[in-house]
Amino acid sequence: MNVSTEFIITGLFVFALAGFLGFETVRRVPRLLHTPLMALTNALSAVSLVGSLVVLGREYSIYATILGFVAVVASTINVVGGFLITDKMLRMFKPKERPQKPVPGEAKASS
Amino acid sequence: MKDAVSYVLNPDSGRAVSIGLLYLAAAMGFVMSLKWMSDAKTARKGIMAGEIGFVLAVIGTLIMPGITGTGFTYIAIALLVGAAIGVPLGLLVPMTAMPQRIALSHAFGALAAALVGIVEYFHWQPEISGFVMAVLGIEIVLGSLVFTGSLMAAGKLHEILPQRPFVYPGQIFVNFGVLAVAIGFIVALFINPSLSWAIPILIICGLVFGVFLIIPIGGADMPTVIALLNAYAGIAAALLGFVLSNNLLIVAGALDGMSGLILAIIMCRAMNRSFRNVLFGAFGQLAEVSDEHGEMGSIRSASYDEAGEILKNSRLVVIVPGYGMAVAQAQHKVRELADTLAAEGVEVKYAIHPVAGRMPGHMNVLLAEANVPYEQLLDMEDINPEFPQVDVVLVLGANDVVNPAARHMKSSPIYGMPILDVDKAACVMVVKRSMRPGFAGIENELFFNDKTLMVFGDAKDVMGELITEVSGRRDALSL
Repeated sequence: MNVSTEFIITGLFVFALAGFLGFETVRRVPRLLHTPLMALTNALSAVSLVGSLVVLGREYSIYATILGFVAVVASTINVVGGFLITDKMLRMFKPKERPQKPVPGEAKASS
Repeated sequence: MKDAVSYVLNPDSGRAVSIGLLYLAAAMGFVMSLKWMSDAKTARKGIMAGEIGFVLAVIGTLIMPGITGTGFTYIAIALLVGAAIGVPLGLLVPMTAMPQRIALSHAFGALAAALVGIVEYFHWQPEISGFVMAVLGIEIVLGSLVFTGSLMAAGKLHEILPQRPFVYPGQIFVNFGVLAVAIGFIVALFINPSLSWAIPILIICGLVFGVFLIIPIGGADMPTVIALLNAYAGIAAALLGFVLSNNLLIVAGALDGMSGLILAIIMCRAMNRSFRNVLFGAFGQLAEVSDEHGEMGSIRSASYDEAGEILKNSRLVVIVPGYGMAVAQAQHKVRELADTLAAEGVEVKYAIHPVAGRMPGHMNVLLAEANVPYEQLLDMEDINPEFPQVDVVLVLGANDVVNPAARHMKSSPIYGMPILDVDKAACVMVVKRSMRPGFAGIENELFFNDKTLMVFGDAKDVMGELITEVSGRRDALSL
């Protein structure tokens, strides 16, 4: 496997900077949205799809192709399902439509 | 270097530049999608950014060298199969099943990452450098670990597996033993990358460690564990990026890893656990509790019409939801009660403890599903100063997160855990099925407080009764 030392260094750069960027970005996500956040990052980390596609497409060997197929299916499930479910959840988060508070003192009397 | 001609890109070729730029654009899409996630108003735009990023990433990958004609056919079939399973998993899973759904998706992601690592190893060995081998070894262990760990977590959450933590003496040593074996073989592979028989051992160590990691976990620790598995899955993806010389994987993995890590830290803080404690999988240890709570005094219970009367005559009611609300699927009824109260001129707010439920943000999602506007969902820090002004707190299936023992009882397993200060309110109503203690197995002294009224019954049924009482519309049939 030809991973050059140069790439390893570049990769560490990318990893460190993306880590900081991720930290600063995710820190700002309100607790309200933590479940959708998990669903979204899960879909994003399914970019291992990229690696699976290469393994499957190159047909190294019959075993590699089978394992690659499983890997592509598994990550596609995550990508498709992950984005759909995040969207489904986010659609439910709604701000207040109208002021719900009635005029104070008005409704108290009825029993 | 075998097959080098067909697989390796000339870095100066147009194709290499195109792939690089597509990946760059994809990475930017991912970052933007996380950035837009910081506000409920822009969050859906973020999904679009993420999806565009994905399409670009896939296009960039398909123009990589070495993909054969039949390879493209297989890819098309696999994508279709994956989509056919993914669409129902995305659209049909109910919100109440969200924790296990999330855990399951961690398992899929980890499985894919582990498989790719394994295939790449067997294809390229022994031409693998020591550094790459070590990274690959960790990646395979981590991927296998998250795979079984997440399946176990999903099983526990779905109640296929017993939810009770399983603890035995020496557990830590067994766990660390398995981990030590894995590390030993990674070192061996680092020294001699052609040691291919060590790979199955690494896989087994990872799979076994994943199971061992979740065995001692009880329900209340699930939010931390899910966040942690999320982080591990991200790190596995990033490590795979190093092995494949793929910057995009490194970026996405780092983002996912960081996100999981932050969530895990937040969960730990909310339970007053040290992060080190959690990182090494030593949670669940706190489950062993002495039974010496003794006599705590007497409890007062309230009938539905008493409770309804009190609620109706208050100005500010705060609802504290917990896992019990999720179990009873009472969120819609809760919203209905809140609407009924609002119609009577009562202000209603919700107090959300960070670890309420079984995953980060669990209560928020359920209440959002029930159409509760998110302005009414308040975090612990925002609602705590308000409790002295609150007339009634309605505790719904929450227990340990409102136990005042966390503040003063040093012997308590939850001592030091930040809690919702519900006992500062004028009146506390606790809706509970029975007097059974919560996860930590400790009595909740809140229940014995003079201000506290117990309302016994299933959360959903109680909500229904209270709605009738508050609205004054008791229909003849239910008499």
